[in-house]
Amino acid sequence: MTTADYERNMVLATDTDYKVIGTRPVRHDGADKVTGRAIYGADFDAAGLLHGKILRSPHAHAKIISIDTSKAEKLDGVKAVVTSKDFPQSESRKDQWLKDNILASDKALYAGQAIAGVAASNPHVAESALGLIEVEYEVLPPVLTTQEAMASNASILHDSLTTEELGEDTGVVSNVASHSQHVKGDISKGFEDADVIIEREYNTKTVHQGYIEPHNATALWSPDGRLHVWCSTQGSFVVRDSLAELLDLPVSMVRVTPTEIGGGFGGKIPIYVEPVAALLSRKTGAPVKIVMSRRETFEASGPTPGSQIKIKIGAKHDGTLTAAYAWMAMEAGAYPGSPVGAAVQCVFSTYDVENSTIDGFDVVVNKPKTAAYRAPGAPNAAFGAEQAINELAEKLGMDPIELRLKNVAKEGTRRPDGPVFGKIGAKEVLEAMRDHPHYQSDKAEGTGRGVSIGFWFNIGFDSACNIAVNKDGSVNLTEGSTDIGGSRTSIAMHAAEVLGIPVEDVRPSVVDTDTIGFTAVTGGSRTTFATGWAAYEAAQDVKKQCIERAAKIWDVDANGLQMEDGVISSKSDSELRMTFKELAEQLSDTGGGISGSASVNPSGVGGSFAGNIADVSVDPETGKTTVERFTCVQDVGKAIHPSYVEGQMQGGSVQGIGWALNEEYFMNDEGTMTNSSLLDYRMPTSLDLPMIDTVIVEVANPGHPFGVRGVGEANIVPPTPTIANAIYDATGKRMTQLPMSPGAILSVSPE
Amino acid sequence: MPAKTYVQTTINGEHVDFLCEPRQSLLECLRDEIGLTGTKEGCNDGNCGACTVNIDGRIVTSCLVLGVEAEGADIETIEGVADGSNLHPLQLAFLENAALQCGICTPGFIISSKALLEQNPNPSEHEIRFWLANNLCRCTGYDKIVRAVQDAAKRLQEA
Repeated sequence: MTTADYERNMVLATDTDYKVIGTRPVRHDGADKVTGRAIYGADFDAAGLLHGKILRSPHAHAKIISIDTSKAEKLDGVKAVVTSKDFPQSESRKDQWLKDNILASDKALYAGQAIAGVAASNPHVAESALGLIEVEYEVLPPVLTTQEAMASNASILHDSLTTEELGEDTGVVSNVASHSQHVKGDISKGFEDADVIIEREYNTKTVHQGYIEPHNATALWSPDGRLHVWCSTQGSFVVRDSLAELLDLPVSMVRVTPTEIGGGFGGKIPIYVEPVAALLSRKTGAPVKIVMSRRETFEASGPTPGSQIKIKIGAKHDGTLTAAYAWMAMEAGAYPGSPVGAAVQCVFSTYDVENSTIDGFDVVVNKPKTAAYRAPGAPNAAFGAEQAINELAEKLGMDPIELRLKNVAKEGTRRPDGPVFGKIGAKEVLEAMRDHPHYQSDKAEGTGRGVSIGFWFNIGFDSACNIAVNKDGSVNLTEGSTDIGGSRTSIAMHAAEVLGIPVEDVRPSVVDTDTIGFTAVTGGSRTTFATGWAAYEAAQDVKKQCIERAAKIWDVDANGLQMEDGVISSKSDSELRMTFKELAEQLSDTGGGISGSASVNPSGVGGSFAGNIADVSVDPETGKTTVERFTCVQDVGKAIHPSYVEGQMQGGSVQGIGWALNEEYFMNDEGTMTNSSLLDYRMPTSLDLPMIDTVIVEVANPGHPFGVRGVGEANIVPPTPTIANAIYDATGKRMTQLPMSPGAILSVSPE
Repeated sequence: MPAKTYVQTTINGEHVDFLCEPRQSLLECLRDEIGLTGTKEGCNDGNCGACTVNIDGRIVTSCLVLGVEAEGADIETIEGVADGSNLHPLQLAFLENAALQCGICTPGFIISSKALLEQNPNPSEHEIRFWLANNLCRCTGYDKIVRAVQDAAKRLQEA
């Protein structure tokens, strides 16, 4: 561990003319979180609380012949048992699949799938009752990979699932839910024009988001028909709407209060235990809390898929890419919906390639239904594509960053999947990598160096915000985006900047679904971008009303007034001047309080690019890889709170390092996960890592008032190919499988 | 229902007694019987460190201790780290260095780090990383946590 002779966390700022944006205040919820006072989902308590537990299938693929709950119901302390029969009738196949993933009806499609729920006076009684439920299964052979699932003689998961081929239902029953294709130019001609062609297949394993807090929910179905749920979720409105759909209720009859949340990374978007707690509460009339164990979290929530990826790229001698082809099959898990649709949008989007074709296959297998995980699908795709680019650079005798710069996408480039890029910062990220002291330095003896770059498109969607002015000149800000990494504060900073007040004078609260307008999930790197924008607009609303109120007080035309840096003043009369605080004191006497609100659905989403430089050493005897030095460079548009932006970059990098080197679901032949503990599912510890250096690049997004792009996801895309490229540089071994564990490295020969 | 045992302890300097079943972990007792929910459960098998507490000067994962084993013990939890309304230098350092994102692992990290600095007031980066290797954080990549502990060490030495 060397002492750095350079700035380890750089901010290449483009616009510094802000008072609050770009500063690093202490987060508003900080004191609660360092003293243990913050209430997370499992901490929630209610009078008369019952505890729920869930019986899960031991089989990865089995018909459910019968479920007998009678003995469990008789156990002293058991208050209720529920099964899929307690759900209302389904109206569609998709609706039934959603319910089956909560409580299976006719078939268990993965080991760990929920079969029945029990509520009891304490969790140990509920656990004991699970052992008294008798389930008769007819065990079927499982399919555990896309290769197995796509084989012609494969065991079929769903008799009702037919393949959608390029948008048309083929009527053919198979495990392939869909095949999509994106074509740009003429791929055959592109390869004919190529002087050098690289072609390889890559395979990756199922991995988990690994949030430290397991899933949880407490539900109270009141006698008045209203259902109230408290849970750790990335989207309280998603939970509300999903519950309403599954339980056949109007959304107005469901209220969801998001508690503090202990990590999500995409995995806490879907619902799992919430409907079971609700059904148990309806049967008992009492609040019911269900908290998953760690094993349940691995086996029965939504990991990100294993995948099979074939990449073929061609280039001229001068490095110009002429053709790019990708074939990607991703495990959806038990029900359709893998992230392959996102992967095709990202795989070659860093580059301006004239001819490309991308085939994507969504394939069901006997594993938990996959969920989002930070830039879902994109890291799998980049593991292949970004190794191929480095191989190409080597064959052409070019520097890998210069090859990327030669072909880099910029404003006006059409992506292989159709959209045309607006202003983006791919080039700036690559230049910052090239110029970084890390890349400019010599490698240490015995180490290898790798680079790569990744893309994630980010999303917009709905967000709402309310701001009420207090008489002391502070404001209460309410919003609906659950705060996983300091977003309360970045959102409050938007309002503080507009109002010209210190961010400490903004009190942000994340509120329940009865209390704020519809707000989409904390995900897709959208929270600071979209909910921040809602706060910006709500603050503009407050500002406008403040000017109007001052005009009324002074009896002048509002058009002649302005509000800057928290002071309202006349443009023409220097005598007319008062601070926001002075106005706030007078509101009640001059017409009443002021509150502003906004609901937005911004379309100016700016995609984000992140690049890595990594130095690794590989122990020749054990195959163990040590990351010696790691740098993450990302275009974030504008860093609202640079410390938390760096935190996103560092956290995403380290999740990617874990994915690269250690993490995987070990499945036995029966389809049971054999490493469902945090000892055996090996996530990085502090001892496995160096400091993670960061460079914040700011290429302002013209689609956001402060230029924000969203920063949460792109940073997990480049680590796996970066580490692979570094291992190749160190050992001459081209690693085509994840994870690149010691055993995997020892089993591969140098090229 | 198994018979409950009467257990007397000292928690964060106060005498605390509680009843618990023999099968209940200290973690469960702290959270569900005593109401100290600052100590978190991430795995319930000793591998994530979120439930770390200090018992008689040693840090332990409270999910691997039975409630009945705590008889006579002097226990420190996250709720006892601040001095009234004054945050401990480690808590301040975690906040000012942005060493938490979701915050679920933070109580365990602070309890572990406090024990480290009590034993080794000026640890190297490697010593910090080694000591904290039983506390998993999935959000931060540990960089800012290590820096916060370094910062806290400096603050404590200057105090």
